[in-house]
Amino acid sequence: MSLAEPAALPVATSAAPRLHLLKRFMGRFRASLPAYLLLLPSLVFLALFTYGAMGRVFVDALYQRATPKAPVRFVGLDNISAVLADPAFTGAVTNNLIYAVGTAVPSIALALLFALALSRTHAVSSALRAALFLPVLIPMVAASALFLFIFLPNVGLLDYYIGRLLPVLPNWLGDPDIALYAIMIITIWKNAGYYMLFFLAGLQAVPEDVMEAAHLDGAGPYMRLRHIILPELKPTFLFVTVIATLNAVTQVDHVFVMTQGGPSNATNLVLFYIYQQAVEHYDIGKASAATLLTLAALMGLTALSFRTMANREGGP
Amino acid sequence: MNLIDRLYKDAPLATRGEITPKLGFALTVLLAIVWLIPFLWMVVATLRPASDGINAMAELMPSLKPTLDNVRDAWEIGDFPRYTINTTIICTGILLVQFVTITLAGFAFARLDFAGKTPIFYLFLMQLMLVPVLLIVPNLSLVAQLGLYDTLTGVMMPFFASAFGTFLMRQAFEAIPTELEDAALIDGASLLQRIRHIYVPLSMPSFSAFAIISVTSHWNDFLWPLMVINSPDKRPLTVGLSVFTKTAEGTQAWGTIAAGTLMVIAPLLVVFLIFQKRFISSFVTSGIK
Repeated sequence: MSLAEPAALPVATSAAPRLHLLKRFMGRFRASLPAYLLLLPSLVFLALFTYGAMGRVFVDALYQRATPKAPVRFVGLDNISAVLADPAFTGAVTNNLIYAVGTAVPSIALALLFALALSRTHAVSSALRAALFLPVLIPMVAASALFLFIFLPNVGLLDYYIGRLLPVLPNWLGDPDIALYAIMIITIWKNAGYYMLFFLAGLQAVPEDVMEAAHLDGAGPYMRLRHIILPELKPTFLFVTVIATLNAVTQVDHVFVMTQGGPSNATNLVLFYIYQQAVEHYDIGKASAATLLTLAALMGLTALSFRTMANREGGP
Repeated sequence: MNLIDRLYKDAPLATRGEITPKLGFALTVLLAIVWLIPFLWMVVATLRPASDGINAMAELMPSLKPTLDNVRDAWEIGDFPRYTINTTIICTGILLVQFVTITLAGFAFARLDFAGKTPIFYLFLMQLMLVPVLLIVPNLSLVAQLGLYDTLTGVMMPFFASAFGTFLMRQAFEAIPTELEDAALIDGASLLQRIRHIYVPLSMPSFSAFAIISVTSHWNDFLWPLMVINSPDKRPLTVGLSVFTKTAEGTQAWGTIAAGTLMVIAPLLVVFLIFQKRFISSFVTSGIK
């Protein structure tokens, strides 16, 4: 309260401030009304399919049916503990972690290589960029159909060309020790070109004159990469890592088409496990519990990357 | 050497003699060729006659007697025209509704001041991480409750609101000078009229960027339509292709699979090759699809 403002009389304060507050709130609400109306269509769908869906996951995870036809009953945290005790789920989590690291690291490294090599725009580099970007466009299902043949034992593309150099031909998709890595190759092939675009955009922020000055001071290509380019690309790395992790959790179409999670669950990933529980076993309780655990893990990642994302979208 | 000199002609003079960048470039050229091999095989295998036998299937040299038999077989076995129509309906339906929701919400964030702006902004931002595909289980039960199980509308609904699109439009609208809007305000234009006649026409590049991202990502959606759709005649291309692949794989008809895959991805590839620059810049803005 400023000095110029006369102090309110104690008599008047009994009823007026509350009314005043309500009035101010109403005024603010009325002024905000057009904005709320504009946001309403989006908020309805967000409420139904994002936040409402999260609420339903919470509730569904607490209920279970004794038999498929029986009514649901409250079971508390039983679903969660059942999922955590399910070797198929823990196996899927382990697979997913290996898969996330094994796809994110190589595809980001390749993306950086591609971007560094193709940062100058001319006809040749544009053609190469397009070639590396093509896999990003096609459906994962189509990529899987092509790679089914590439990995086909004996007559497939890989065995036909590389197999002659190897003493023993591995069964790429049939061997539980190899299948997960075969699946990872598709993901790397499909995503490296996408991440390349972000590095290409990031590289434009590296000032050319600083690079030239560093060279004059005797810094070789490696030194310039290590001390000028990489520090400049740090936000890009953070951002691409978040997307790559998200992709590792949400892209499972190739598992469905190529291996169905097999052989012996070697390529089962978490989202495919959720799909199996819901669609093949009709176990909504367990599927919801697994979804809940996945969401919790992603929320952790979100908390880590929230500031990056908010800044990228221009802040609230 | 002449070609390499040409490629590096606008590099700083001092760095032109360095070897490492050239090695990196050579490695990238090599990998780009490897990257294209699956596509090359697809085209070669599509045109290969069945008489070449299974052992020649992997051969990347085109057959000397090219044939369209595989294309005809794929066309007859799979119901690709039907699948294409379904996918087109899904992508168009999603895009049209998204245009409305993201324009309105984007405008609210760009130009209006309202109570609770920050929490609502974060509500939208969270959706970038909580991608609908993670919530397939609860969303399937909601779609079923709404009576939309096994309908194309059911496939579309979870994507009607788009945080990414909202942020993209907000950015576009913020760049439009307020003077234009003030002039319209003096002329008595209502809020919706101003959006419709000033903001939307000036933001076409952002709309087209969003359309490219939205259509390519929903053209490629698989797990969600697989769960929602039950009738064969409502399958989108991806689900149709997976069923088709399963059938043809049993009979080792790899030429037919290659032809089917080619038919599914050809529309996207053709559009991409025509609008290459625009596609690439749209994907750069996309971040999260």
